[in-house]
Amino acid sequence: MIGIVDYGIGNIKAFSNIYKQLDIPHRIITSKKHFKDVEKIILPGVGAFDHAMIRLGESGLLETLNDLVLNKKKPVLGICVGMQMMAKSSEEGVLSGLGWIEATVNKFNKEKFGGDKPLPHMGWNSVNQIASNPLFKDINVNARFYFLHSYYFKSINKENSIAFAEYGDQFTCATNQDNIFGVQFHPEKSHHNGMQLLKNFSNL
Amino acid sequence: MLYPRIIPCLLIHNKGLVKTVKFKDSKYVGDPINAVKIFNEKEVDELIILDIDATVENREPDYKMIENLANECRMPLCYGGGIKTTAQAQKILSLGVEKIAISSVVFDNPELIKEISTKVGSQSVVVVFDVRKKLFGGYDIHTHNAKNKIKQDLLELVERVQNLGAGEIIINSIDNDGVMKGYDLDLIGKVKNKLNIPMTVLGGAGTLKDIGGTIEKFGIIGCAAGSLFVFKGKYKAVLISYPNVEGKQKLF
Repeated sequence: MIGIVDYGIGNIKAFSNIYKQLDIPHRIITSKKHFKDVEKIILPGVGAFDHAMIRLGESGLLETLNDLVLNKKKPVLGICVGMQMMAKSSEEGVLSGLGWIEATVNKFNKEKFGGDKPLPHMGWNSVNQIASNPLFKDINVNARFYFLHSYYFKSINKENSIAFAEYGDQFTCATNQDNIFGVQFHPEKSHHNGMQLLKNFSNL
Repeated sequence: MLYPRIIPCLLIHNKGLVKTVKFKDSKYVGDPINAVKIFNEKEVDELIILDIDATVENREPDYKMIENLANECRMPLCYGGGIKTTAQAQKILSLGVEKIAISSVVFDNPELIKEISTKVGSQSVVVVFDVRKKLFGGYDIHTHNAKNKIKQDLLELVERVQNLGAGEIIINSIDNDGVMKGYDLDLIGKVKNKLNIPMTVLGGAGTLKDIGGTIEKFGIIGCAAGSLFVFKGKYKAVLISYPNVEGKQKLF
């Protein structure tokens, strides 16, 4: 059973539609009791970092989520701001992140952008896999995924970085540390590559 | 590398899909949900869906319809039409839409951009400029399906909107809408010069070459089109099309 965490942010329906299509059991989580028999967790997210942290805090799901991820070691996949929240902090906000992964979230250096490199980083970009990872099984090494963001995930421990994208700089666009996974791009909006990635996550 | 975006733009009128010429003479082209399904199969980069009735009828966005469309979309979706408040924007994004497009409300109250982008993040806030050439040079901004002229300078407003936190700007040429003779490159150049945020152009694409030429000239840009992706041939038979991966590759 895959639990899709619904704390009022992110495209919950898009995930459930894809899992429905793949015929993979899934459940939208809006209260603690919905976590019962959940084996894997999707943590979506869009928008501003602090707003997402506040909403997650208010959802009443945080304690159970921390327990499942940190103590019970259930696989979790953070998407976009969902990935960024797994870091310790973000330059976008003042609140602390979940701190699940040794990383920070930084703003793209404005001087390198503008003109021919507008921000937000918006559109389809190649995702370059660094190490083989089950998350990318049967996905081409530089397959395209959809990005929509102005801040990027910076691993403190480089080994956590499993794929990078290039925009102005190279930045980590997929991370994995033990049972914790995160992607900066939107697999739920990335056609067949995204569907494959979500399928791979369900098979971990 | 980041690729330019090629985006079908669908207009909704009386719950059906239509295509206009110079914002008039709307022709029925089919059912919105059915079109989204076809564009899913074609793996389009993004989709823009604009409800062209909502603002004119001064009514709320049709949330049920938006939800149905968003449920069907397997690509990023930008919705526009009738959005006037931050709460409406948030509600629409919660239905599974990636970006909301606002236009007329911005010209009455530009500060709203700041308010919305603080709440939902700049990346989801798109401002649409419907523009028409002035008789003696320059451009006018219009709203309410080109029935209303805004007495403000386009380039000044573009900059202001960007500074207030818009994440993307769509420039739509009323003169070229549905004409299929190419984008207004002069207009695009003038606006793009002012921008550090992504820009999408709409109005005039008649062939994939028009898109290729625009990308060649302006680099990373969103090229949106209506007629090109819903009509085929001289007599404009309704047939949804979109370039495949190889076809797109030739344009970059």
